[in-house]
Amino acid sequence: MNAVAGKALTSNHFELFGLEPVFALNAASLDAAYRDIQAKVHPDRFAHAGDAERRASVQWTTRVNEAYRTLKDPLQRARHLLELRGVDVAFESNTAMPADFLVQQMALRESLEEAVEAKDAASLDSLRKDLAGEKRRLETQIGESIDARKDYRGAAELVRKLMFLDKLDTEIDLAYEALE
Amino acid sequence: MALLQISEPGTSPAPHEHRLAVGIDLGTTNSLVATVRSGVATVLPDAHGRPLLPSIVRYLPDGRVEVGYAAQARQADDPKNSIVSVKRYMGRGVKDVTHIENAPYDFVDAPGMLQIRTAAGVKSPVEVSAEILKVLRERAELSLQGSLSGAVVTVPAYFDDAQRQATKDAGRLAGLNVLRLLNEPTAAAIAYGLENASEGVYAVYDLGGGTFDVSILKLSRGVFEVVATSGDSMLGGDDFDQRVFCWSVEQAKLAPLSPRDMRLLLVKAREAKEFLTFHSEANMTAKLSSGELVDVTLDTETFCRITQTLVHKTLGPMRKALRDAGLTVDEIKGVVMVGGATRMPQIQRAVGEFFRRDPLNNLDPDKVVALGAAMQANVLAGNRPQGEDWLLLDVIPLSLGIETMGALVEKIIPRNTTIPAARAQEFTTFKDGQTGISFHVVQGERELVSDCRSLARFELKGIPPMVAGAARVTVSFQVDADGLLSVAAKENTTGAEASVTVKPSYGLADADIERMLRDSFEHAREDVHARALAEQRVEAQRLLEATRSALKADGHLLSVEEKSVIESAAQSLDKLMKGADHRAIKQAADALNRATEQFAGRRMDEGIRRALAGRKIGSL
Repeated sequence: MNAVAGKALTSNHFELFGLEPVFALNAASLDAAYRDIQAKVHPDRFAHAGDAERRASVQWTTRVNEAYRTLKDPLQRARHLLELRGVDVAFESNTAMPADFLVQQMALRESLEEAVEAKDAASLDSLRKDLAGEKRRLETQIGESIDARKDYRGAAELVRKLMFLDKLDTEIDLAYEALE
Repeated sequence: MALLQISEPGTSPAPHEHRLAVGIDLGTTNSLVATVRSGVATVLPDAHGRPLLPSIVRYLPDGRVEVGYAAQARQADDPKNSIVSVKRYMGRGVKDVTHIENAPYDFVDAPGMLQIRTAAGVKSPVEVSAEILKVLRERAELSLQGSLSGAVVTVPAYFDDAQRQATKDAGRLAGLNVLRLLNEPTAAAIAYGLENASEGVYAVYDLGGGTFDVSILKLSRGVFEVVATSGDSMLGGDDFDQRVFCWSVEQAKLAPLSPRDMRLLLVKAREAKEFLTFHSEANMTAKLSSGELVDVTLDTETFCRITQTLVHKTLGPMRKALRDAGLTVDEIKGVVMVGGATRMPQIQRAVGEFFRRDPLNNLDPDKVVALGAAMQANVLAGNRPQGEDWLLLDVIPLSLGIETMGALVEKIIPRNTTIPAARAQEFTTFKDGQTGISFHVVQGERELVSDCRSLARFELKGIPPMVAGAARVTVSFQVDADGLLSVAAKENTTGAEASVTVKPSYGLADADIERMLRDSFEHAREDVHARALAEQRVEAQRLLEATRSALKADGHLLSVEEKSVIESAAQSLDKLMKGADHRAIKQAADALNRATEQFAGRRMDEGIRRALAGRKIGSL
């Protein structure tokens, strides 16, 4: 445990996994680092240990799982990176979005409502596909903004857009469930 | 030539200590115990060589308990005291259980979890399950010749916190050191994955007696990672029996049935269902207590029609799991079938059509969960050297949250989060000067509290009076490796340390478990002793009386010395049976039996001689 104890003090998820703090993360390196650490700290390794060791193992695994979850998800990863750069995405207080973006969002939500009313799974499928494409486009922009241009303010606005799309994705999930 | 291995100074390994660890599949219909011996996972059979233990517990008026086949044989005669499918009641209230009206039990709706009034008193599902686990523990200890170091007990992946807590409590009550609660489809994936050295994304379709799970796992060398899980903890093979039962009642135009007849017909329904797996029609015949004769024939087509909605009900969770995993059907490399109910041809067909591939049936669907659990128990016990073990990453099946204003749910940990997991959320006061906040912890996917399962309620007191919204209360959720939740709340504006940890209200407090455990063990020891003593005294009394009357009738057959030997053995027994040592009584009784052996022989001869003599006289 001592070897990694120093890392407990940092809330930097990249440091925990020994990775460069970039948006364009190598997924394979992240997976490998996650598994290597889990192999050392997971409660399954301490099923027969004393209480203290078992508690520590749970705390550690919890921390590693949280870090992994954050870095794996592009939206959470971007927010975490910007936080490390001192930029608060401030999603709740800063809701002023460009008008054309909002119009587009309203149109997407209308299509969602229509699909739900018509109980039309095929429309949901195509909506989801469009949304996935839109999300990928935004993620590429976020990557360029953070990694290449170091434009963190600009990235924050893109992240806020991505959050809108993510929310819509969740609503599509609920719509599928409502259909079943 | 083999090289001798020499370990580095100071790192010399301790002499190999193999810990006895087992995997237990605590099923709705059948339970099993398995272990890893010489590197191979095997199911441990009972003394008659039977691998399954029917999950049936019968309570007798004298407090005795029958478990398994013995209870199964008597279930129709004693339906109220023969508890079947107790797993359905784990962590559940009366209103939570579907078709509870068809169960013949005398339910007591206790807060949190229902209870059942039996001839041996009121029993909770936890206690009933503990009886099953106890039998399996004893079976394993007898077979492995030692006490168990630990056990992995499996639960349906879709079990919520209350059901998991109840299962763990049952394990402890049975005297088991529960190393881990393991999700059944995950256990099956371990067994399947290791057996076939599989890599890639697999789905596990697990339709048991009372529960349905579907899990999607990523298998890669040394890692089993659950990506998503879904299911229905109130759907299983039992429901198919239920449909056949209802159909037969309708066909035979039967009046409302007595509990005995209901159980009889349910057993027949199950037999018909199983028969239809390999035949095109099944006869159901039964003689009811009213004298009425039921004789109906169920064909495959009818069976499929009356169970179609049940089969269809398993498709929703499959789609949901795929969506949560972000995968399509084409990305699934194989579908592993688990649970006896997957033998039904209509299930095989539906799964094959959904995944557009033939399901994998090469492992025994009844045993695969226990085998996987045994393999995991072996790893947890530390019996596999590092490097040869594997990492298991599992998830919680249902979101965990807190009730907020307006009876809405704020999700704290979303479903399919890898465990162990922790998440904290800040809450504040609603009124000026408010000094306490009550929290309601719920589990489920819906936005309204009333649509979710209530897990626990607790109050945080001692918040300093402040204006509304000024207090900062952090509520932290921690889910451990068993998928069990604990919640803590803390007020942090003033630094006032007020924190509380709760366990779900369905689980028993540690102290309760300890008390029950102590009671059951003490009672058990007392019971065994008292019963043995009573039995020996009765036996001794019977023997003494028989000896005295024999001496009186046929004492002339003995020499003086022979007579005195028997008399002294009888006196010795007479004295000892007034004491409490049942072993000493038994020894004395055995001695008296030996002493009277010859006497008994002579009396036989004498009796025969007399009989012959009388006959001779009569015939002459």
